[in-house]
Amino acid sequence: MEVDLAFIWAGLIAFAVLAYVILDGFDLGVGILFPFIKGEGSRDLMMNSVAPVWDGNETWLVLGGGGLLAVFPLAYSVILPALYAPIIAMLAGLIFRGVAFEFRWRASKSRWLWDAAFFGGSLLATLAQGVALGALVQGIEIEGRAYAGGWWDWLTPFSILTGIALVVGYILLGSTWLVMKTEGFVRSTARRYAYWSAYGTLGLIGAVSLWTPFLNPTYLDRWFSGPTTAFTVIVPSLVLASAFFLFRGLREGQDALPFLSALAFFILCFAGIGISFYPYMVPPSLTIWQAAAPDDSLSFLLVGSVVLLPLILLYSGYSYWVFRGKVDPSEGYH
Amino acid sequence: MDGLMDSLFDPVMLARIQFAFTISFHIIFPAFTIGLASYLAVLEGLWLWKKDSVFLDLFDFWKKVFAIVFGMGVVSGIVMSYEFGTNWSVFSDKAGPVIGPLMGYEVLSAFFLEAGFLGVMLFGKERVGPGLHFFATLMVAVGTLFSAFWILSVNSWMQTPAGYGMNDVGQFIPVDWWAVVFNPSFPYRLVHMVLAAYLTTAFAVGAVGAWHLLHDRDNRPALIMFSMAMWMAALVAPLQIVAGDLHGLNTLEHQPAKIAAMEGHYETRQGAPLILFGLPDDEAEVTRYAVEIPKLGSYILTHDWDGELKGLKSWPKEDRPPAALVFWSFRIMVGLGFAMVLIGFWSLIHRRWGGGLANARLLLRASVLMGPAGFVAILAGWITTEVGRQPFTIYGLLRTAESVSPLEAPALLGSLLLFFVVYTTVFGAGIYYVLKVMAKGPSRESEDEMQVPTRAAGIMPGAWQASKSHGHPGQG
Ligand code: HDD
Ligand code: HEM
Ligand code: HEM
Repeated sequence: MEVDLAFIWAGLIAFAVLAYVILDGFDLGVGILFPFIKGEGSRDLMMNSVAPVWDGNETWLVLGGGGLLAVFPLAYSVILPALYAPIIAMLAGLIFRGVAFEFRWRASKSRWLWDAAFFGGSLLATLAQGVALGALVQGIEIEGRAYAGGWWDWLTPFSILTGIALVVGYILLGSTWLVMKTEGFVRSTARRYAYWSAYGTLGLIGAVSLWTPFLNPTYLDRWFSGPTTAFTVIVPSLVLASAFFLFRGLREGQDALPFLSALAFFILCFAGIGISFYPYMVPPSLTIWQAAAPDDSLSFLLVGSVVLLPLILLYSGYSYWVFRGKVDPSEGYH
Repeated sequence: MDGLMDSLFDPVMLARIQFAFTISFHIIFPAFTIGLASYLAVLEGLWLWKKDSVFLDLFDFWKKVFAIVFGMGVVSGIVMSYEFGTNWSVFSDKAGPVIGPLMGYEVLSAFFLEAGFLGVMLFGKERVGPGLHFFATLMVAVGTLFSAFWILSVNSWMQTPAGYGMNDVGQFIPVDWWAVVFNPSFPYRLVHMVLAAYLTTAFAVGAVGAWHLLHDRDNRPALIMFSMAMWMAALVAPLQIVAGDLHGLNTLEHQPAKIAAMEGHYETRQGAPLILFGLPDDEAEVTRYAVEIPKLGSYILTHDWDGELKGLKSWPKEDRPPAALVFWSFRIMVGLGFAMVLIGFWSLIHRRWGGGLANARLLLRASVLMGPAGFVAILAGWITTEVGRQPFTIYGLLRTAESVSPLEAPALLGSLLLFFVVYTTVFGAGIYYVLKVMAKGPSRESEDEMQVPTRAAGIMPGAWQASKSHGHPGQG
């Protein structure tokens, strides 16, 4: 049997995107929560809880983009012009929040400005990612080998809904992360936000899930006819089970359980999108195999990835391990 | 004025301006962090070896600068990796199968390595042992060099494509990976760029040292960093001239039109002069007011006083780069290169006969002035390189005008303005903060305490309880 390199790569890119969403998801969420947990000390603590890891988290986004260029160049060159405005907005947001990590400690009078940049940048980047996702789900028009739509096509009620859903979802990740990593006032406030963002996330997952099948007949088929209908039962039940553990963890004041359950939400939603998309890379017109680069490119990069990806997971894991436990308010090199 | 108005509505021109603007900002930061990461590794190594806490003070000081610059490098780099698709989608579709995997390797082997160990390097001093911490610093330094390796391979392939074929949908496809990665101009570009990053850092470090020495000639950390920087200048700047010369010979072989523009030659000539200054005029096809040295141009490039050099007129007008920009940016770079050699040489004289570096007031002043020289030279060098290969993105094979995304001018103009505002304010603020840290200088606790054990033990795991009472997050 031939090895289906395109299929393997689709899996690896999906993994990179998922890793990005859950990892940068929680630190973007912490950014969005910034103005809502009062006090200078609280903010120092929140920022220090993510400062040693945010760069590594964001590198998954570079792998998602760079990887797409390498192995699905056609998809890359169609998606980016199609989602031009949200992508540019995301990049601008990421700039503001990324520099805030260092600038904040260097500024004296203008610290509030970088606090605002950290919040605003996180919010803008999240919203833009959610909108981009919605725009991709609803489909991209292609002619020949190029994007053929207008430059406002990405903006629809559906993409706005997915934008809001992602903001609320990242708040959930961020607040449960803070529950896990902090103590005292920050933790108790974060716990309150975790409750309401959990309700919000569940509601929005429901709304997006009900809407999606009606965007595209393939999605409808996938969920409501044939053998894949089983997923229509399985995925939502797993979401409900995660919700049960999430609320239980919050009620019992557990550290890790709420965060892990929130991660499960994201993994399940991601699986749901995968189920809808397969075998498309860019619905409704480009399949994984149509978008893939020649096998020579796929295998060249795969050889190294097989060695490097496990190594990356290993030392990234090590870095999380070094900074395990609750954040110490007196730490930080600044 | 007409030209300006036209380009405001020309998507190709807008895409180019935007790309040039964002990458010019980006390159400033990696150039500094490639050098600083290695410098930090040296400082930490010296500290572990000599146990002189002045090296720890220097390490902590440059670490702060590094962190700010690195952050700006990351966010401006993320923009770059998406801009290939937003601005150059046709190029991305066609060249993706060849350059994409190289950039993929950059992410996998360089960016993750830097990011994974950066946290430990910046925040983990009290959480891991000194050996592991040093290892983390080394990994960050190695990561920056890997990054330079891969991205320069990409850029060099675009300049001197090799090892490729074409498929039936018009994509470049890899045939021989070794030839792709080690394409003809790559070794030269890699050496020249890494030396450039080291020199840039040396002059920035030297300027900070010099500035503090001018205010206090007994400032020991300042003297140490100034002296280290001057050694780099004395040793590496001459090397860089050799590397640059070889790079130019390589370019003559593969991109003779670029050399013709750099030299300001329109006519093909035997025994061509070296034009020192002048005003290349593409319309009239002459270099006006040329100040020239007879025959030297041919001698430098062909090692023969009567060697033949091709002029721009050997190529049809639509295949020529714009000469004036290439001509002038090249002279800025080379001029600064010679100025760097001069400073290095001057410092040697002071060491030997002048009564020490701390008293060399004039050299110290000159070094402060030369602080930004590396950055300017790097930008000038890249402008030479990139403008000189116009009108192609993949030299001789794919034109810039055929690489661009199907975007409308308003979208591009809007994002260009946005980038302009965001970059100048955000990175402007960042550069201000870097200067602020530099002006404050390294702490000099070590001089009063003279290697008191608790201080020297600051890096060890058990000692973090003790150091808790000092550092407060937010004290800057
Ligand atoms: C500190 C920075 C620095 C300094 C002092 C110099 N350069 Fe340079 N130069 C660069 C930094 C740089 C660069 C930014 O790294 C470039 C841009 C692209 C590249 O490969 O290196 C470059 C490009 C570049 C090119 C263009 C290559 C091409 O794309 O075809 C040539 C011919 C030279 N250099 C030659 C020189 C010479 C003869 C120098 C000595 C006086 C010199 N450079 C000093
Ligand atoms: C890092 C330092 C660099 C600087 C300062 C720089 C500068 C520039 C400039 C000034 C232009 C505009 C040229 C013109 O349109 O006349 C340009 C174009 C371009 N550069 Fe670079 N460049 C750098 C590195 C790179 C690298 C590493 C790559 C690829 C990996 C690259 C790819 C391109 C592309 C695709 C264009 C657009 C097409 C074109 O106009 O040629 N550049 N760059
Ligand atoms: C078009 C060309 C380029 C692209 C697409 C690009 C992309 C990127 C990206 C995505 C990052 C962030 C990595 C992270 O998340 O940690 C980055 C940072 C970096 N880039 Fe670039 N880059 C380009 C040009 C260059 C060049 C020419 C060099 C050096 C020769 C370079 C060296 C670095 C280094 C050392 C970093 C680490 C951050 C820093 O040191 O500031 N890049 N780049």
